[in-house]
Amino acid sequence: MTTTPAAPPAARPKRRQGDRIFAGLSRGAGLFILVALAGVFVFLAIEGIPGLTQPSSFYAPQASTFIGYVTPLLFGTILAAVIAVIIAAPLSFGIALVISHYAPRSIAVPAAYVVDLLAAVPSVVFGLWGINVLARKVAPGYEWLYEHLGFIPFFAGPPSTTGRTILTAGIVLAIMILPIITAISREIFAQTPRLHQEAALALGATRWEMVRLTVFPYAKSGMVSAVMLGLGRALGETMAVAMVLSAGGGITFNLISSSNPASIASNIANNYKEGTPGKVAVLIATGLVLFLVTFLVNFAARWLVGRSERRMAR
Amino acid sequence: MAKSIDVSDLDIYYGDFLAVESVNMTIPARSVTALIGPSGCGKSTFLRSLNRMHEAIPGARVDGKIIVDGQSLYDPGVDPVEVRRMVGMVFQRPNPFPTMSIYENVLAGLRLNNKKLKKSAADQVVEKSLKGANLWNEVKDRLGKPGMGLSGGQQQRLCIARAIAVEPQVLLMDEPCSALDPISTSAIEDLIHELKSEYTIVIVTHNMQQAARVSEDTAFFNIAGTGKPGKLIEMNPTKKIFSVPDEPATEAYISGRFG
Ligand SMILES: Nc1ncnc2c1ncn2[C@@H]1O[C@H](COP(=O)(O)OP(=O)(O)O)[C@@H](O)[C@H]1O
Ligand SMILES: [Mg+2]
Repeated sequence: MTTTPAAPPAARPKRRQGDRIFAGLSRGAGLFILVALAGVFVFLAIEGIPGLTQPSSFYAPQASTFIGYVTPLLFGTILAAVIAVIIAAPLSFGIALVISHYAPRSIAVPAAYVVDLLAAVPSVVFGLWGINVLARKVAPGYEWLYEHLGFIPFFAGPPSTTGRTILTAGIVLAIMILPIITAISREIFAQTPRLHQEAALALGATRWEMVRLTVFPYAKSGMVSAVMLGLGRALGETMAVAMVLSAGGGITFNLISSSNPASIASNIANNYKEGTPGKVAVLIATGLVLFLVTFLVNFAARWLVGRSERRMAR
Repeated sequence: MAKSIDVSDLDIYYGDFLAVESVNMTIPARSVTALIGPSGCGKSTFLRSLNRMHEAIPGARVDGKIIVDGQSLYDPGVDPVEVRRMVGMVFQRPNPFPTMSIYENVLAGLRLNNKKLKKSAADQVVEKSLKGANLWNEVKDRLGKPGMGLSGGQQQRLCIARAIAVEPQVLLMDEPCSALDPISTSAIEDLIHELKSEYTIVIVTHNMQQAARVSEDTAFFNIAGTGKPGKLIEMNPTKKIFSVPDEPATEAYISGRFG
């Protein structure tokens, strides 16, 4: 946005070549993001809108309309992602805090490196691990939860014998989003001004009190951003969920049975290849729904963060 | 409540680097002691060893003894957190907590000690501390506003209010006026005069007129060169230091600065 007032060109301050190139590059990069987003949206809309009104056989066997088809999938998507975030966020904040404020450098640096490495593991590998290792290991655990905590709706059972439930998928997703949440919060924790941390220590704060008094307030909006990025990744994650989750159809908060719906992304992955044009349109329409939901979630988070910052600024 | 401080054979290190060597001094109670000396001679380092803030820096450590009120600060059983509650500190740059209101800033230290503070008691502490820091009249109508909204000088007085709210025995100040304009500086100097009836105050300053104005005693630190440790050259009543110092080095520093 150049808002130079109307003046003769000669009176303009001389702009250097480097400034102009950089301004052009950054403006171009910003525009590129918007264009890419708009392009994705247009593609999803054009290809997906016919999917909203296909003959009811395309929505079978679970439903007969698009709404009936997509609602359980959307529910499954959000449930798995929310489970993932509930598990991953506290764990990530803890790891990040250990790395930035508790561990000596000789441990913190390698630990940070290992967590970053986790982000480089392909999701197929997480999927395989989820089916072959995690699901088997947790199945007896689900049995136990059902027997002892079955009165809680989450564990109403009957427990899946394979362990391939939405909770398992959520755990796998949690491990997948852990690195990004950890990396971002670690950076922000480490940027907390020394001045404020020393102010807290000098008042007689313990290390944890110092963290509560200065690090968390400073990092709050960054922590929300980190969780949102993690949530976004969990909402869209495809392969791991497609492999781990053995989907039923119903909308239920019962986390340990095999009656949970698939997620939108994993459902697309499972059905796209053998799809007829009509079916593909339906799948893309579900993709459009996912796109919009992710967008809304991000907006809501920005708004929440912005609101608390505006309140402080007053 | 104010207490005197006895320092003996104190060596202060950053890792392997000896920053301050064998300091011996007695800082009297209810009085202002100024630390002066060229930059890099270890004034801040020495000051931060008095409330065990020095060790908050990785690798930093201290050899020797500091005794406040018969309690040796560096004894193995002593918790640095307890030391810092007894020895308060004001920093070079004002550092109120940015997310807290003026009211909450004053109470921050107290909330750490005593979670369940009654509203009426809290109000009292806030008023008393802000009055003690000569800030009450300026902020009493906007206690709920962020502390960052104040001017630099007001922020520094807020930090002093925050430090005295926990009723420490000693108050350390590291160049508390160096980021402030002359009017704010004079407000803080007035405040130091009032505070010394209740607190033992140690103030680092690079401004010798200020040392002369506010302190009863002055300690002069010096270094032989970069990489060498800082040393206490001389500690004497301020009047004597600025008229007939014992050491030629002190004389040279003071007259050099005054031109
Ligand atoms: N965090 C630190 N790590 C390593 N050395 C430091 C640190 N802070 C200060 N020093 C060194 O300690 C010496 C004394 O510094 P300082 O106490 O800040 O001096 P002054 O406050 O008198 O200007 C200097 O040589 C300085 O380089
Ligand atoms: Mg200094």
